Amino acid sequence: MSKANRLERRGVVSTLLAGRKDAIVVGGLGASTYDIAAAGDHDRNFYLWGGMGGAVMIGLGIALAQPRLPVVVITGDGEMLMGIGSLATVGLQKPGNLTIIVLDNEVYGETGGQASHTGTNVDLVGVAGACGISDARTIATMAEVEAFAPSMQDVSAGPRFVSIKIDSANLERVLASRDGSFIVTRIRGALGFGPI
Amino acid sequence: MHLRHAHEKPVEAAPSWPDEIFSILQRFEVRQVAYVPDAGHSQLIERVLEAPLMRAVPLTTEEEGIALLAGAWAGGQRGVLLMQSSGVGNCINMLSLTQIFRFPFLTLVTMRGEWGEFNPWQVPMGSSTPGVLELSGIRVLRASDPGEVADVMEAAASQAYNACTPTALLLSQRLIGTKVFVK
Repeated sequence: MSKANRLERRGVVSTLLAGRKDAIVVGGLGASTYDIAAAGDHDRNFYLWGGMGGAVMIGLGIALAQPRLPVVVITGDGEMLMGIGSLATVGLQKPGNLTIIVLDNEVYGETGGQASHTGTNVDLVGVAGACGISDARTIATMAEVEAFAPSMQDVSAGPRFVSIKIDSANLERVLASRDGSFIVTRIRGALGFGPI
Repeated sequence: MHLRHAHEKPVEAAPSWPDEIFSILQRFEVRQVAYVPDAGHSQLIERVLEAPLMRAVPLTTEEEGIALLAGAWAGGQRGVLLMQSSGVGNCINMLSLTQIFRFPFLTLVTMRGEWGEFNPWQVPMGSSTPGVLELSGIRVLRASDPGEVADVMEAAASQAYNACTPTALLLSQRLIGTKVFVK
């Protein structure tokens, strides 16, 4: 069931990525990866089909290696909860070019819609702020999404953390590549790095 | 001979093998050094923190380091993960990334639970550490004598970074020294 007045995830992600330019985008395991694929395949997309809890850390590794490029992690509340300690690690490193976006529908949508902690007791924005990510906010409207998207290009003002409350509708899957070697080699190629 | 106060610890010369590991990491242009601290890694961590070209990344749990290094590789950098044997158990699912992305993964694991261990809680994970790593597709090398660390580390770094072969170098508890709880 969808709660009233929640945003629709595909519209949110396509709006965030419309002006992505050279940004590298990491999608967490589950529907976030489908959302990023639905917004358009891209040689700088890092799709995850496993490694639950690792999306933010993959984003951090890229962000530290490429400090002049915007790096955007888009994941879900369940995936973020599993890697919650990585917010502490990001808060310590403070990469200016990293943006973390959680699409929060308060359920584990891939596995039958079981409730996650964010619907009852966990405030992810509060956690991020307490971990030292001072630019941590909640976004509730498409106008705010549109206003926020360009700020992801500023590689000196991060890290940023955004929780966007979305509805819990299960949308048709848009399948990205699930070949890890291909995904990583393609990103490296886009950055000018060849194979070993 | 000079007199020591009773509360002072005996002065021991720092071992040279951590510095040898550090030199090899520098020569292989390792840029991101992720770790959950362990006493056996303390000297190496100090070197990393002083190195201008290396980024030290303390973790809250070891599995974060696998994902970090996958991202580092996508972004064009090499990394290494420093942990204790108990941390290997925290990594199991995330070790999948080493096979999925086929990236140059190297971890240096200080061993507990094997050589004169005092703490029984270290024994189960220490005993299963080599098996867990091998079952996860990681090649396991081991150094037990101070004189062999540089050679084994050179081999480990070479196969990890040149051959993209995920590798763990186990640093034996005998090498590091048994942790003393009661003097």
